[in-house]
Amino acid sequence: MHIVVCAKQIPDPETPPSAFKIDAATNKVVPAQGIAPVLSQFDAIAAEAALRIKEAGGEGKVTVISMGAESAQAAIKQVLAMGADEGVLLNDPAFEDGDSHTTAKVLASAIQKLGDVDAVFCGRQAADWDMGQVGLLIAEILDWPVATIAKGASLEGETLSVERVLADGFETVQVPFPAVVTVSNEFGEPRYPKLPQIMAAAKKTVTQMKAGDLGLDPSEVGKAGSRLQLQKLFIPEKGAQVEFIAGDTPQEQAAALVSKLRADKLI
Amino acid sequence: MPQNILVVGELENGAPSTVTLELLGGAAALAAGGSVSVSLLGSGATAAAAQAAGASKAFVSDDANYDTFRGEQWLPAVQAAVEQSGATLVLMAQSTAGRELGPRLAHRLNTAVAMDCVKVEDAGGALQFTRPAYGGNAQATYTIATNPAIATVRPKSFDEATGAGASETAELPAAGASRVNVVGKEVTESEGLALTDAPIVVAGGRGLGAPEGFETLRELAAALGKDKAAVGASRAAVDLGWFPPSEQIGLTGKVVTPDLYIAIAISGASQHMAGASGSKTIVGVNRDKDANIFDFSKYGVVGDWKQVIPALIEELKK
Repeated sequence: MHIVVCAKQIPDPETPPSAFKIDAATNKVVPAQGIAPVLSQFDAIAAEAALRIKEAGGEGKVTVISMGAESAQAAIKQVLAMGADEGVLLNDPAFEDGDSHTTAKVLASAIQKLGDVDAVFCGRQAADWDMGQVGLLIAEILDWPVATIAKGASLEGETLSVERVLADGFETVQVPFPAVVTVSNEFGEPRYPKLPQIMAAAKKTVTQMKAGDLGLDPSEVGKAGSRLQLQKLFIPEKGAQVEFIAGDTPQEQAAALVSKLRADKLI
Repeated sequence: MPQNILVVGELENGAPSTVTLELLGGAAALAAGGSVSVSLLGSGATAAAAQAAGASKAFVSDDANYDTFRGEQWLPAVQAAVEQSGATLVLMAQSTAGRELGPRLAHRLNTAVAMDCVKVEDAGGALQFTRPAYGGNAQATYTIATNPAIATVRPKSFDEATGAGASETAELPAAGASRVNVVGKEVTESEGLALTDAPIVVAGGRGLGAPEGFETLRELAAALGKDKAAVGASRAAVDLGWFPPSEQIGLTGKVVTPDLYIAIAISGASQHMAGASGSKTIVGVNRDKDANIFDFSKYGVVGDWKQVIPALIEELKK
């Protein structure tokens, strides 16, 4: 069983709103000073799901792939430290500023180049753009079945059993291999690597691939190949001006709040 | 500019779902002289077409195999509806189905989808799609260079359509095979009123400190009126196992727009506010007067929820 985990490095979503800034000229987020980028949390959970399947089967391989700049090595190393066997970085200026479709094309090409992949695990969405497209598009490009928003995944004989989160509950689906799974936060916390694992991962070599290695023309990836075109990225204005409820005791605060809400005919 | 719009509808108890009617409302405003069609799949689809307000034509299949959503089965039918309607714009909900259909349909039609839009507008001839990004810290506006443009739309972004339903129907093919096999479903029974219907929502976060805090929140909801108030939770509280995922409010959960939203021990992270910021009045209860929730609140109570909420329950009972 060879499972690929797709991992993305993103600006830390816990960046306080006061430190979140946009460069209007380039429509890009200005990296917050002193706040390092992180592995998207949903991808860390996808890695956890893949590793548990490998461990339950007692054999197999997990490869982590990231499309990004050289700094994305940190995201790859984190998944290696969690227990992944190999890492691949897809780093080429031609890949930059693409949309979900070009990103999926690059990742799917790398998965095809690896050749012997049985399953691809992705986060349900990246916690920066929150599109939730790449896993589905990889499945479409490879023509593999896909199960999205998983809260559980396990091997059942020759098939993969996936528990999915729905609006009103859960469903269990069975999917034949090869398959794509996108994993949601309901799966649970990813493991935290210990120091010896972090040090071992640091020594591992990450394979690098560029557009040419994947047989991709620069015109079909990155900004050049994008169909969804970003026109403007901006910080929305916040409407409300808060009125703090006065009162020396919780009882006084409660009484004042109730009288305000009654005056507004809200209760 | 006139647009031929296909709304990918979803059925709920044999009728077009609320968000389907919202999409039809949005479509009516965007069509500008073009046509509005709807696709409906599953038991009762043909009968439901008459309730699809604002659509002139409905593409339907009553095949019960469509009742449980499976992407591989829905995609060929929706693609046929797009092609037969001549759609230049396809609208669907940011729902379980829309989240899966949007990207896959875009791939099959060699076009692109803008996910989770809160605004779709005709800006001087070009459609513009606006959606939150970076957990709601930012908003992004896109155009789509290819045809048709596809958007999934966040619930409550448009007003529901009114008026007559579709007078003409066209038959879509029955469901084909699916490699993804649904073998079981478990419905989470929510206690009391549905979160998305309640005029008052009481929500709790990690700051409650323990799952027992939600019992106090249920008491508050009961004091506000069992037929009026529902209880929800932030993702942080759900991830801790304190409350069921089906009652999560936020970017990866439900979107609510009640008249009154009472956020208790919730910091107000963008991820959460993505599901609540459309509420008419927000009341924040938090120990930290600098908490982000107060940026969204009309009224703020700075204090320990363990003291404030029981006092509030007592006051409401007076």
